[in-house]
Amino acid sequence: MTALTQAEVSDEIAALADSYAADGVVETQPRLDYAPYRSSLLRHPTKAPVQADPEELEVWAPVFGERDVDPLEADLTIQHAGEPIGERMVVTGRVLDGDGRPVRRQLVEVWQANAGGRYVHQRDQHPAPLDPNFTGMGRCLTDADGWYRFTTIKPGPYPWRNHRNAWRPAHIHFSLFGTEFTQRLITQMYFPGDPLFGLDPIYQSILDPAARERLVATYDHDLTVPEWSTGYRWDIVLTGTHRTPLEDEVES
Amino acid sequence: MIPTPGQTVGPFFGYALPFDDDNRLVPLGAPGAVRLGGRVLDGDGDPVPDAVLELWQTDPEGRVVQQPGSLLREGYGFTGWGRTSTDREGRWSFTTVRPGSSFFAITVLARGLLHRLFTRAYLPDAADDAFLLALPADRRSTLLTTEGEGGYVFDVRLQGDGETVFLTFPRG
Ligand SMILES: [Fe+2]
Repeated sequence: MTALTQAEVSDEIAALADSYAADGVVETQPRLDYAPYRSSLLRHPTKAPVQADPEELEVWAPVFGERDVDPLEADLTIQHAGEPIGERMVVTGRVLDGDGRPVRRQLVEVWQANAGGRYVHQRDQHPAPLDPNFTGMGRCLTDADGWYRFTTIKPGPYPWRNHRNAWRPAHIHFSLFGTEFTQRLITQMYFPGDPLFGLDPIYQSILDPAARERLVATYDHDLTVPEWSTGYRWDIVLTGTHRTPLEDEVES
Repeated sequence: MIPTPGQTVGPFFGYALPFDDDNRLVPLGAPGAVRLGGRVLDGDGDPVPDAVLELWQTDPEGRVVQQPGSLLREGYGFTGWGRTSTDREGRWSFTTVRPGSSFFAITVLARGLLHRLFTRAYLPDAADDAFLLALPADRRSTLLTTEGEGGYVFDVRLQGDGETVFLTFPRG
């Protein structure tokens, strides 16, 4: 099978965007069945999900605590003897539930490529250098107001095999929990103005332009630390809860 | 507020999401330890070797556990939560205990899967559960574990024949 070109994939992306715009029905989540992302072809359910009334178990989430997460894990630049190469930055924001309440003391996990676009992963074949001072994974717990904060370096874009000359926009993978099992979210955070946005089937699988932009962090000069690091702000909204969260879970 | 969109977990979570004893909610050989496991298969019936499954369950008395410690297991206590990754043959398993409630709640993530999926793995004797009975008869069995391999077997079929029933919730 000959690899598709970017132009062919871009045509598919454009056709799906056009039909989405013509339909006029807003979709705020990615389509699971999104053919330009080739790996989704055999991995998307074809049947509609069944709506379930959450049972008691599902209106609670696992609890993580100080024992689970060392505060140092929020700084991805201090995990080795030396400093990683790249643009040091702070990424911070709030985790909120669908009703705007902060999600308190809950686990946030991140992972990312290094400044050259290379992951510390056996399957990453990109011939960019590994950085002996950067692993690219971090964790933290949100604070009492739902804030998370990581110090890291800006990841590079990287090539992948979806089609010929496919490149992912720079991104950080995020894993989030709410106060309920039903709120689990895995996503990716992007950087403003990335020239690869229009070419990327994973980003474009979210057909609604306003929804896609919810994954793009904002450069915030107030978060930039003089002579030290740039700063980005990115807030995350989970789905709404079915149970009214307890006082110590959220605070309004 | 409008929820933030999901994105695929991608292929490179391997050094970030797994942790020591992630799939051992109780130690191997602990009293009452059972295995919950199976495979993740794609629309061709081929194994999905880069999926992540998360398990959330009650304790044997049916209580929802609200205890920290899942990421740093100390060999005692029970948090009700675990995570595992599929192997080259798409196989996964947890070492856990039989929950007091009727099902295990499961989250499925994979490369190629653009948003997380939720499902339930019901205990073999829960076939008369009201939620299962409300499903089309030919799809019910996709949510029922079977006995075997030292515990409960549950295959996740992402697509096609025997496609697993995935769930959405009212506020999802
Ligand atoms: Fe990535």
